[in-house]
Amino acid sequence: MDFTVALAQIKPKLGCVADNLALAEASVADAVKAGAGLVLFPELALTGYFLKDLVPDVALSLDAPEINRLKELSRHIAIVIGCVEVSPDYRFFNSALYFEGGELRHVHRKVYLPTYGMFDEQRYLARGERFRAFDSRFGRLGILICEDMWHLSAPYVLAMDGATTLLCLSSSPGRGVSEDESLGSTSAWQKLTATTAMFLNCRVLYCNRVGYEDGVSFWGGSEVVSPAGSVTARGKLFEEDLVLARVEEGELRRERIFSPLMRDESLPVTLKELVRIDLERGC
Amino acid sequence: MLMGSLGMNTALARTILVGFIREEVRKVGLTRAVLGLSGGIDSALVAFLAAEALGPENVQAIIMPYRTSNPESEAHARLAAEQLGIRHDVIEITSMVDAYFESYPDADNMRRGNKMARERMTILYDHSAAWSALVLGTSNKTELLLGYGTLYGDMASALNPIGDIYKSQVWQLSEAIGVPQVIVDKKPSADLWAGQTDEQELGFTYREVDELLYHMIDLRYSRSELIAKGFGADFIDKIHARVQNSHFKRRLPVIAKVSNRTIDRDFRYSRDWGK
Repeated sequence: MDFTVALAQIKPKLGCVADNLALAEASVADAVKAGAGLVLFPELALTGYFLKDLVPDVALSLDAPEINRLKELSRHIAIVIGCVEVSPDYRFFNSALYFEGGELRHVHRKVYLPTYGMFDEQRYLARGERFRAFDSRFGRLGILICEDMWHLSAPYVLAMDGATTLLCLSSSPGRGVSEDESLGSTSAWQKLTATTAMFLNCRVLYCNRVGYEDGVSFWGGSEVVSPAGSVTARGKLFEEDLVLARVEEGELRRERIFSPLMRDESLPVTLKELVRIDLERGC
Repeated sequence: MLMGSLGMNTALARTILVGFIREEVRKVGLTRAVLGLSGGIDSALVAFLAAEALGPENVQAIIMPYRTSNPESEAHARLAAEQLGIRHDVIEITSMVDAYFESYPDADNMRRGNKMARERMTILYDHSAAWSALVLGTSNKTELLLGYGTLYGDMASALNPIGDIYKSQVWQLSEAIGVPQVIVDKKPSADLWAGQTDEQELGFTYREVDELLYHMIDLRYSRSELIAKGFGADFIDKIHARVQNSHFKRRLPVIAKVSNRTIDRDFRYSRDWGK
């Protein structure tokens, strides 16, 4: 179906769940007013990114009042948003929650937790164990959180699982100022979203945050990328924004006819080779 | 020798640094900043960035000459402040510094230079409290890596917009942002005594050392890769040792661990906690 998507490029406050929920509610209201059917928020939108020892303090269990509030809001618009999720056995996950029609429909727990250079996620967070596509009012969706997107296998698995739209929630730090026109992180991400869309004949809806935490900027530039890999809408750099774009079913249909890569993709060949590699590694 | 890699998209850097000052000041509930203006390029650049971020009316520059300071420095500091339309006050530090060294007449230049830098720091922090303004740091990445600064003196600040920018990049950004050309063109000096220049004192030029530091630190070239790239082995070893031996200046004081949760070791929060 055709629908309007809103990318809420917000600036969360570090460790302030109530303030960030209020921020999210305001964006939801704006997105509804603009006629959007789906609104995306960034990774860890309800908490901020460099949480460190704050992780347990800001974590939400899936029956928390904040989650119920998001369920309520999703009666008017589908919502996907990042938070810290605590499981009943007290593991903490960097999660993305998908709400639709008053219900929490899907939870993706970030699998690839960057722990190198400026990142330290595995010190504080537990790793997710699955990539699963799921059905929604907008067709079959797959969710990726930031670093997940950098592992080819992750969007591949989602696309093989039938996802035709990839939702990517991000808190990407701005770095790599050189003589180039763009920041290093901006140009890397722009290549990645376009290439992923093109390889998998999927739409990519990418929402990145803005603001600063301890001197680190987040660069925004949220994008709607068509299944052909072209950018149909892009958010401002470094500034808060609500990016609105019309997503057309016909575009997906035409691309899948023009370039039937996913139709031709051989699951048996891939699977056979991966199993072989796994066996050989075990030897 | 190896220029090129330190080139910078100055418009982009300016956006990031102006945004940094604006957001990090406002986040803590303040609107203003104070900084020491020496007449040199680093503090001039920070003043320009701060005026753009906060508005000239919200930036206060303090010019703090000592009796041996080159009068040209004060003139250049005034020139920058006047061009920006920011408030600037001159506070002489001669009486405080000299009063102290009356008891230590044999103190060498290093002790005197450090005392001056720390005297200036106390004045900036006093104005920070008096005017509800954050102190902006003006140490660039080259100085920080070489330890070419006074701990708790000019290295002390609340926010440092240029600490990840090499001196060679400070020049590019300063030109782009409109720092007066006379300040951009003059030889860098700590101005502790007449005729002193940084490059004379350090024994190499900023451009040389910036290229080396960029390859060594940012690109993580190994020693043999640096030699293959054309850097002298002695120069590499000398700079590596300087970076290593000055590392204490870039860290908080070391705390002896006793409990299960020690500040900064297993008690870890971002400074922007709750902001």
